Amino acid sequence: MTDTSQSGPQKLLVGLAGQQNAGKSTTFNMLTGANQHIANYPGVTVDKKSGSYRHRDIRVETVDLPGTYSLTSFSLEERVARDFLISEKPDVIVNVVDASSLKRSLYFTFQVLEMGFPVVVALNMMDVARRNGTSVDLSALEHRLGVTVIPTVGRKGRGKTELRNAIADTAARRAHHPLHITYEELEPAIEALKQRLETSQLAENYPTRWLAVKLIEGDSEAERIVSQGLGEYCEPIKAALEIRKKFEDSHYMSVPDYMVGCRDRLATDIISTCVAEAKDGRDRITEAIDKIVLNRFAAPLFLIATVFVIYQLSIVKGYELTTYWWPVLAKLRAMAAGVLPAAGLLEDPYIRSMGLWMVDSANALLNYIPIFLILFSLIAILEDSGYMARIAFILDKLFHAFGLHGQSTLPYILGGVFAGGCAVPGIMATKGIPDERSRMATILTVPYMNCLAKIPFYTLLINVFFAPYKSWAMLFLSTITIFVALLVAKLLTATVLKHRETAPFVMELPKYHPPTLFGVGQRAVERTWQYIKKVGSIVIAVSVCVFTLLQFPGISQEKQANFEGQMDKAVATFHKKIAHTQYADRFRDEAAIVSMINVYNDFKTARLTTKGAEASKALAEKFRADYPEQFKFLKPKKDKDAKAVNKALRGLVSKRKSLRRQIKEEQISTSFLGMVGRSLEPVTQWAGFNWKINVAILSSFAARESSVATIGVLYQQGADENKSLEDRMGAEAGQGGLSPLHALAVMVFFALYPPCLAATIMIKVQTGSYKWMVFSMVFPTTLGFITACLIYTGGKALALSGIQMMGVFYGAVVLTAVCTGLFNSWKGQPLPAPEEAPGLL
Amino acid sequence: MCGRKRCCRLKDIKPGRRARIRCHHARGAVRQRLLDLGFVPETEIEVIRRAPFGDPIECCVANYKVALRNSEAGLIEVESD
Repeated sequence: MTDTSQSGPQKLLVGLAGQQNAGKSTTFNMLTGANQHIANYPGVTVDKKSGSYRHRDIRVETVDLPGTYSLTSFSLEERVARDFLISEKPDVIVNVVDASSLKRSLYFTFQVLEMGFPVVVALNMMDVARRNGTSVDLSALEHRLGVTVIPTVGRKGRGKTELRNAIADTAARRAHHPLHITYEELEPAIEALKQRLETSQLAENYPTRWLAVKLIEGDSEAERIVSQGLGEYCEPIKAALEIRKKFEDSHYMSVPDYMVGCRDRLATDIISTCVAEAKDGRDRITEAIDKIVLNRFAAPLFLIATVFVIYQLSIVKGYELTTYWWPVLAKLRAMAAGVLPAAGLLEDPYIRSMGLWMVDSANALLNYIPIFLILFSLIAILEDSGYMARIAFILDKLFHAFGLHGQSTLPYILGGVFAGGCAVPGIMATKGIPDERSRMATILTVPYMNCLAKIPFYTLLINVFFAPYKSWAMLFLSTITIFVALLVAKLLTATVLKHRETAPFVMELPKYHPPTLFGVGQRAVERTWQYIKKVGSIVIAVSVCVFTLLQFPGISQEKQANFEGQMDKAVATFHKKIAHTQYADRFRDEAAIVSMINVYNDFKTARLTTKGAEASKALAEKFRADYPEQFKFLKPKKDKDAKAVNKALRGLVSKRKSLRRQIKEEQISTSFLGMVGRSLEPVTQWAGFNWKINVAILSSFAARESSVATIGVLYQQGADENKSLEDRMGAEAGQGGLSPLHALAVMVFFALYPPCLAATIMIKVQTGSYKWMVFSMVFPTTLGFITACLIYTGGKALALSGIQMMGVFYGAVVLTAVCTGLFNSWKGQPLPAPEEAPGLL
Repeated sequence: MCGRKRCCRLKDIKPGRRARIRCHHARGAVRQRLLDLGFVPETEIEVIRRAPFGDPIECCVANYKVALRNSEAGLIEVESD
């Protein structure tokens, strides 16, 4: 890996190691600047960030190792970090240490030193430590550890040059004499075992003292290394076992405990000589806040209040912001419409309709930007202040009863606990959950939360079918999903996830500290951008597929001819109506008519979004300037002939609109997707879905927003009379025999329906397997369909009304969830079975 | 291996009381994680409070606050004052 020629190394490999939240990533960013890339470590889902920089003509390749508390082989992150160190043998390890909790960080530093690597300690967050009243004697610490210690403030980029210098110096200096961790009474045994290992071939690849210590400690990974190299029942392993047994027999104490004690004494000793601590004022403040916030009775109230505030600020206020934001997006759409080929009289060019479809799909997602910015900012505030950890603390018992983890709260909130959210950031946020089983269960259940895009569909159906019970129906939908998610999590952890690794719930409750504006803003923008990037590209790609499936094979020739005939008739009527005016000749040509209609429509659309007399006037002026010839037909003042044209034009536009709608409906119903929807009817009838609903569900897979758009096209009788979609659907529903029971089945199916494509891609990213991605689609579809069938067919058999069935279903689910939760508490918590008990008695 | 009197498990310590860690009955990953967070034998520990639903519990080890579930706290043998 490294070029160690005469002139010294020209290329260095540096590993950045440290505990979680020590500021490793900021240090990494500081060192490498913009020149970095992220990939996965081969075969696992852990992110591999690497980057490089030039320093004194040396190219320094820097790898950011996963944040771990130690370098044992228990968790995935630990294994990845350790394997990297052992196999890649970096030239220098930069150990990022949180200066404000130095003692605990030293355990990690000891492990790196014990592996025999040249180490530079980056003492990060010096500012925080100073604020806490902690002062570190740097030269004493350097002296004790035997390595270079560089104070840094990663967030502010302080210490960058010094750190780069130290890395180069440490790499150049071949001999180093780092701290030697002594294990007192075990020393002779360790030394003997080390000697023995030195004569074996293992000495080439592994630091022998480290192997000796780990063998005696009974570390399974070290045993694996040695047995792979020297055979399963080789001398060193036997010797280590013997040493351990002898020590434990005579000391009544386990060897690992003894070793930990030695390291702890050393750490305590170093801290006592190098660190001076003043009493921290924040301790008292934190304790005072916690007394209230974590109080047995007040805690749930605070929690509910917090969720309520998040909901109010992000969803309610965020929606209000979209009234300002949407016109911006509408302008973008208008711009796109202007660039694309112009609309035809009856049918638009394919490029135009597809282009606009793509823009509309993107806009539907981009519309949420204000909501997400607020939501992510609030969440960043919760995280940075330290309350998020308290939420996990409060709710862990509840979640644990269902196989989840206290830290599942954040993904659930992001996913939209009550209403509004998005599964994509929710799934992204599962990263921090240390317990693999709970993490998987959380990933697979976050999509059950009510994402923002499901809301319009619910609102539509509720307004049509449950108008008298609006608030009840909304409450039903926003809470049933939580219970279902909990039950599904329980089911999954008890079955398919049963053998996944679990980890204990041991979590630090950080001191409260006020979040910084910059930190919060940065995180909010970063997460929103991730959403746009990850979701945008996929949704647009899929929207093209859905568009094609809805567009082809297209309507039959006769039907086409029929529509064209009708349109010709309408044009003829238009000509007849304006024949007597002086403008009759202007509209002889079809292109002139189309262009006139387009200007008319643009004006009408623009007028809808303008408010106030002043703005209307300005708009009129603008159109007068842009279309001097055509403007008089838009606003005919005293010109009688122009008035007649305007009237005829209105008739023509309305006829054209209605014909275009009919064509669209015809197109959808005969399209590939329409055919699939129809062919599914024999099965879906048990759930009460007709083919229109099927098509809406199928098209909503790309992005939930499209369901309402598709329904809008399908239920369009009366659209010309400016009836709302609710009315249209209601009217048609009456004829088609759709009942509230149908609607309930559809809504429940929609609630349990698989995550949208973007979320499934995210599941693939976070679980690292296509198997789980497919599972995340198939399982909820099956579950949702069976539930919908139960509701519809069951409700019909019992002759229950929609609202009655809603009550029955709700009661059943809640009761099951409560029983499951209680049953678990009675049973008591089974102790998490460690995968391997490293050789202890 | 801790056969003396006044020994009990960390989960049985009442909030507000202090204790000294004697040994771990945890093994493997759980043990390592507890050690990483400072639950080292011979360390003084204070139980601060229980979560509103009774589990987990919050402890103060060294200079910081750590929450752990009863199931893990049951694996730590302590000697109370």
